[in-house]
Amino acid sequence: MRDLTQRALDTATQLGAGYADVRVVRRVDESIAIKSGRVEGVATGENEGFGVRVLVDGAWGFASSLRLTAEEADRVAADAVRIARASATALREPAVLDDRPPAHGTYETPVVEDPFTVPLERKIADLLAADEAASKIKGIAFTESMYAAQREWKTFAATDGSLTEQTITHVGSAVEANAVDGDEHQRRSYPDSGGGWNAAGYEYVRGLRLAEHAEPLADEAVALLTAPQCPSGRFTIILDPSQLYLQVHESCGHPTELDRVYGTEASYAGTSFLTTDKLDEGFRYGSDLVTIVADATAPGGMGSFGWDDEGVAAQRVPLVQDGIFVGYLSSRETAPRIGRRSGGAMRADGWNRIPLIRMTNINLLPRPGMSLDDIVADTDDGLYLSSNRSWSIDDRRLNFQFATEVAYEVKGGKKGRLFKNPTYTGITYEFWRSCDAVGDERSYVMLGTPNCGKGEPGQTGHVGHAVPGARFRDVQVGVGKW
Amino acid sequence: MNDERARDALALAERALAFAEAAGASEAEALVMAEDAALTRFANSQIHQNVAETNAVVNLRFVVGKRIGVASSGRTDDEGLRTLAERAAAIAGVVEELPDWSGLPTPTAVEPIAAGYASATADASPELRADGVRQVIAAADAAGVTAYGSFATGTETTAVANSKGIRVGETRTAAQLLTVSMGPGGGSGYAEQAAVDATTIDAAAIGRQAAHTARASVDAVALEAGDYPVVLNEYAVVDLLDMLGYLGFSALAVQEERSFVEVGKRVGSELVTIVDDGRDPTGLPMAFDYEGVAKQRVSLLEAGVCGGVVYDAQTAGRDGVSSTGHGLPAPNTYGPFPLNQVMTAGTTPRDELLAGMERGLLVTRFHYTNPVHPKLVIVTGMTRDGTFLVEDGKVVGPVRNLRFTQSYLDAIAAVSAVSQERMTIKGFLGGVVVPALRIDGWTFTGTTEH
Repeated sequence: MRDLTQRALDTATQLGAGYADVRVVRRVDESIAIKSGRVEGVATGENEGFGVRVLVDGAWGFASSLRLTAEEADRVAADAVRIARASATALREPAVLDDRPPAHGTYETPVVEDPFTVPLERKIADLLAADEAASKIKGIAFTESMYAAQREWKTFAATDGSLTEQTITHVGSAVEANAVDGDEHQRRSYPDSGGGWNAAGYEYVRGLRLAEHAEPLADEAVALLTAPQCPSGRFTIILDPSQLYLQVHESCGHPTELDRVYGTEASYAGTSFLTTDKLDEGFRYGSDLVTIVADATAPGGMGSFGWDDEGVAAQRVPLVQDGIFVGYLSSRETAPRIGRRSGGAMRADGWNRIPLIRMTNINLLPRPGMSLDDIVADTDDGLYLSSNRSWSIDDRRLNFQFATEVAYEVKGGKKGRLFKNPTYTGITYEFWRSCDAVGDERSYVMLGTPNCGKGEPGQTGHVGHAVPGARFRDVQVGVGKW
Repeated sequence: MNDERARDALALAERALAFAEAAGASEAEALVMAEDAALTRFANSQIHQNVAETNAVVNLRFVVGKRIGVASSGRTDDEGLRTLAERAAAIAGVVEELPDWSGLPTPTAVEPIAAGYASATADASPELRADGVRQVIAAADAAGVTAYGSFATGTETTAVANSKGIRVGETRTAAQLLTVSMGPGGGSGYAEQAAVDATTIDAAAIGRQAAHTARASVDAVALEAGDYPVVLNEYAVVDLLDMLGYLGFSALAVQEERSFVEVGKRVGSELVTIVDDGRDPTGLPMAFDYEGVAKQRVSLLEAGVCGGVVYDAQTAGRDGVSSTGHGLPAPNTYGPFPLNQVMTAGTTPRDELLAGMERGLLVTRFHYTNPVHPKLVIVTGMTRDGTFLVEDGKVVGPVRNLRFTQSYLDAIAAVSAVSQERMTIKGFLGGVVVPALRIDGWTFTGTTEH
């Protein structure tokens, strides 16, 4: 492999690249989909290829191929240089990279039980058990269960002498129960609507204990069919981790991506309200209880690695400290513009995509003192919302609207009756400023999403979010009419 | 089949099929998807990302009785294909039977579509894309705004060989140029064009259109959320079709009772007719689906009345009908999908859609839409890149973006005018041909700061 990476780097350099890096990535994956007891889809995939990224007189070029041969390394490197020269015809500010030290070493996701050696029959049986537990509940129209695993072997080499090798493993699983009556369709899922995902082995899937959770969630799905509509108005809401992780993702993770701030995602995902003047002024993003970090070293998070995809070592970067906006997710090109070194957040979706600034593990840190149950007990009148059902946020990440699968009425410190079709909406910084309780370690859990979209051509990112539960005051609940 | 790429892809599919049959498959299907794609991206009126890829994947569906395994690989050598067949066979050996498995599809008459391929796109160079980008930037410079966007060109070859005798292959091309213009005072505009032939894209015109909208949307004012009649530009209308297709126009959605579709039921205005037609040359045509079945023209909404839904082989088997040629690559728990929706043009000139609107909004496009209530097709999302207040049939000024929470079914029921002109736009998964629409009621539920 090193012959191929060196060949590509040499060719790019000979043709005029001032900087070049190459990634060789082999990815294998496995997925199981079960619907109402039927094993509807079992698949495995593998792909391998390499991508060459070059900087020629400050202009970027990138080319990639699945053919791992010396001749193809020459062709692809030359193609990347040609593309960079085309970029130079519409260049106003040449790209400049920070001077991170060359990267060397290896990294491997800690795995106890290799998901790719656990017998397929075992994994199917585990899922079927969960699916059956949900589907036996009277009134359930259909159930869905899923399992997936992915492993990547990644070699990174650059013209500054960097050479790293990483093996990264992610697993995810979920069970979901659906109840339908006329136009009413209610769903409950566990551990959250997108599935529980970690950087780990099959031990994580076993630890989810899907079958134990399946029956009660199916009961709730049926009960929701006849539950009253969630009321509209200004409410105190408590978000449990299965919803709060996505709130963090959309309203803190994305707006702290420094490439969005500089407009380089404007044509697709949008920009950010967290402009650099807000960093300078110490903008109040949330209440004093809100501390959020981007931590690529967090155990179990799908945003954990040894080095990012431009060879910057994994690190923990504060984004919001005690409510004050203090940092960004950044790259070697963007960080110097705010006088900092890269925070190591450049990640690519495979060999055929360039690295972009992506979330690592964006974590809302727990606050000692109150468990999630304590927060409920401390709430006289409010709603407890669980498990995401729908999400949307504007192109500067200000106005958001989420729907959850269920709301529980909270009266006198106790969770009570169910409400169906809950939604809530707000403006990002107003919402986080209204946070008046953050749970402690007892509800702090690592979740994440394997389908964070960004970039053109599209890339899908695996990112992590460790969060506890939290409470927010005076939030607009119940949007729309049906 | 007269293109070399398709012949090579089909030969590869046949080799994969042979390994599957040798490994004991009672039925097998090999799908080859190969692409050469490139994209030049620009921001702050300069190219900042510029990429190309050569890729191919072989997707093998291996059937033993009613047990099915699927494996995919980028390897195309004999050892890679043998391993691929072994992996798929291993899955088929341990999974449960699918009781209602009705078998792989049988051959259909697939007619090549010449309009789906343009050598100018296949041969598009980084210099050609850069030239288009420079034209967009020049238009932005002339208007005093900044350009952002992308220019993509690509060649896709698809081939399917299965044990029932299907042998099909085709090569298609597609190009897309889109741009967001942003200017002082928070102005923002958008324009886009998609085509089979990259050289038919008028980059300068795209740039001018977005720049004009950006200039017109400077210093937008806050508007209270509420119900307003709207005119939706084509870039917004495409989201209606994407969501209706995603949530309703699939046979699997009907079979699982999560679709609004009931054949013969009126759900839309008489002005709304939508078909899925992979052979329509005004779209981005494709001759067959990912199971190798010829694309059928399917009437989805006929003058507002539900017509049919799209089928793949599995959902067709359940209903005792034939596949309409809308299968996606296996394993596909999502079900069939209408990739080539075409909405019939209306009789109103585009620039007369605002006529008679007492007080309403003109919307350029939507952003980040997501279903809130799938069966009622209630969707939330934001407006973006130019939202304008209309009074007495005329645009009176820009307003800040608004959040909506709106049933798209109610929206198509309230369509009161359809433009004569239509555009081809890349939708969620395929090419969509849409007019602009006037809709008599749209529920906006929130505001933002820009």
